[in-house]
Amino acid sequence: MPELLQFLLSGITVGAVYALVALGFTIIYNASDVVNFAQGEFVMLGGMITVFAHAAGMPLPLAALIAVIATAGVGVALNKLAIEPARGAPVVSLIIITIGASIFIRGAAQLVFDKQIHRFPAFSGDQPIAIGGATILPQSLWVIAGALAVFFCLWLFFTRTLTGRAVLATANNRVAAQLVGINTNYVMTLSFSMSAAIGALAGVLVTPITLTSYDVGLALALKGFAAAMLGGMGNPKGALAGGLLLGILEAMTAGYISSQYKDAAAFIVILAVLFAMPQGLFGRKSTDRV
Amino acid sequence: MKLSVTTALAGTLALVLGLAAPALADIRIGATISETGPASFLGDPEAKTLKMLVEEINAAGGVNGEKIELIVYDDGGDPNRARPSAPRLIEDDEVVAVIGGTTTGTSMAIIPVFEDAEVPFISLAGAIEIIDPVRPYTFKTPHTDRMACAKIFEDMKKAGIGKIGMISGSDGFGASMRKQCLEIIGEYGIEVLADETYGPTDADMTPQLTNIKGKDGIQAVLNPGFGQGPAIVTRNYAQLAVGLPLYQSHGVASDGFIELAGAQAAEGVRLPGTALLVAGLLPESDPQRAVVVAYKEAYEKATGKPVSTFGGYAHDALRILVDAIQRAGNAEPSAIRDAIEATKGFVGTTGTVTMTAEDHLGLDLSAFRMLQIENGGWKIIE
Repeated sequence: MPELLQFLLSGITVGAVYALVALGFTIIYNASDVVNFAQGEFVMLGGMITVFAHAAGMPLPLAALIAVIATAGVGVALNKLAIEPARGAPVVSLIIITIGASIFIRGAAQLVFDKQIHRFPAFSGDQPIAIGGATILPQSLWVIAGALAVFFCLWLFFTRTLTGRAVLATANNRVAAQLVGINTNYVMTLSFSMSAAIGALAGVLVTPITLTSYDVGLALALKGFAAAMLGGMGNPKGALAGGLLLGILEAMTAGYISSQYKDAAAFIVILAVLFAMPQGLFGRKSTDRV
Repeated sequence: MKLSVTTALAGTLALVLGLAAPALADIRIGATISETGPASFLGDPEAKTLKMLVEEINAAGGVNGEKIELIVYDDGGDPNRARPSAPRLIEDDEVVAVIGGTTTGTSMAIIPVFEDAEVPFISLAGAIEIIDPVRPYTFKTPHTDRMACAKIFEDMKKAGIGKIGMISGSDGFGASMRKQCLEIIGEYGIEVLADETYGPTDADMTPQLTNIKGKDGIQAVLNPGFGQGPAIVTRNYAQLAVGLPLYQSHGVASDGFIELAGAQAAEGVRLPGTALLVAGLLPESDPQRAVVVAYKEAYEKATGKPVSTFGGYAHDALRILVDAIQRAGNAEPSAIRDAIEATKGFVGTTGTVTMTAEDHLGLDLSAFRMLQIENGGWKIIE
């Protein structure tokens, strides 16, 4: 029985990491239907900037704040320099632009920072917390709390604020949104900066667990993307549930079946879910008017 | 405008031709190294080491009175980019020997070229396939994964450990070392009771370690891996309080590993490392001490970065080559080849090298030092 609990805690830890990354995809997708493949790079920047600011002598909270703000700036630059000039291009082209941006950011990070693996201290120490014969690290609780907090803020943003509704309206129909007085350029810039900030926050929270280097973004983005697809792209509830589900699936497979098939098992389940529910578990039904 | 472009082009062309024309008095040594790309953390110190040493040798008067000219091509870790560099080094640059192939992939791609052209080639990559079977013109300096396994199993046997659990990375390094270890483990009478794996970018290995911990009879755990994986395994190992000896591989033998895993979690971890890593701890009587201390000091002064095992491979390759040219008395590729093969008792950073016609690596298990992490530092145990 303690094994099951340990697998579950491991799954929740990893799942919360995936969920945080998946949540970052939500805003940009909701504003523009674009899946931002540079999202993993935002996570990497959050971790790396914190590492280097902390190493330069700044206290950890200040380093983390700088990382989040700087990464939000990168998000705005990405929108202004790469996405906005290509306005009117089909969504697929925009997605390809984000892939290019991710390669560029990775290369730049390799030059600006270095090629080594880094870590900074966990927020509340490394003493494991024992729960019924199993253990969890305090940093995992930070990640879980972070994922829940981001989820809650996003949910409030999209359902209770006018700006959040403006974001949804922009995705739904850009021309109609403009006609009712929404500044769609502003909405796009806002959504890129928020997505980047959430990504950076994820990077700050997960780095003590996953460690970071200039090339961690791709792997994180792929898992986060899978989690978002499983839960339903664009829905914060889906991102959270998809991430946790994916993490628990992997941990259970590694624990009870074989660690060799961990990734395969997770992806088979994702394929099966998407086959039965193409919109993901919580995805919105797409209704095309003809 | 058009005129100036033409003039500039002609000027550049003349410059390139001027540089490419072989200067007769120099010994030309080629290198193809992964200075950029995914293997750059290996290739970067290698290239820096080669350039530093060539300057040092030339400043001291060169080899047999002739200066060395080093020609380095960056292959980005990509065999498809390394391949065209090989004929270019032989035909255009007319080198007498080549160092390089940072990775096994790039090395294997260019070996046939040097074998056909009969130019000596010293690889800096790990795989045993490079020198087994022996090819007349191909040598290498890094020890093999199999030797690391043997060193670890010897230490386990000494400690009376007969049943172990393994948790290996599924990346190239981890998978290859796991295979090599399983091939020779029978010779040491050690049994593997649990054989788990993890992905190179995984964030948590507690499920695998929980299973290993739950198996009865396991006396120690071995983690062949590279990069961040072993650091996370070590942290999870402490988190679960497994309480058995943990062996890591030479893939993480660096100060960075202790930092990533945390001194507390890494306490007591054993791994095979080279003398270079513990240069300051070697006793005065150690034959390798003078070599590794000199290289470490020179490299850290020249680059401002901590020395790495990988740079040490390049150091040994160039020193063996220069030593061979000196003994051969001339810089004919075939004479150099014969002299490299006759290398005897050469003390390098990786170990003491004695090559034969059957052994183009020339290292034995004494190349590895069994190290244990204590109080956030290394301790030599034997």
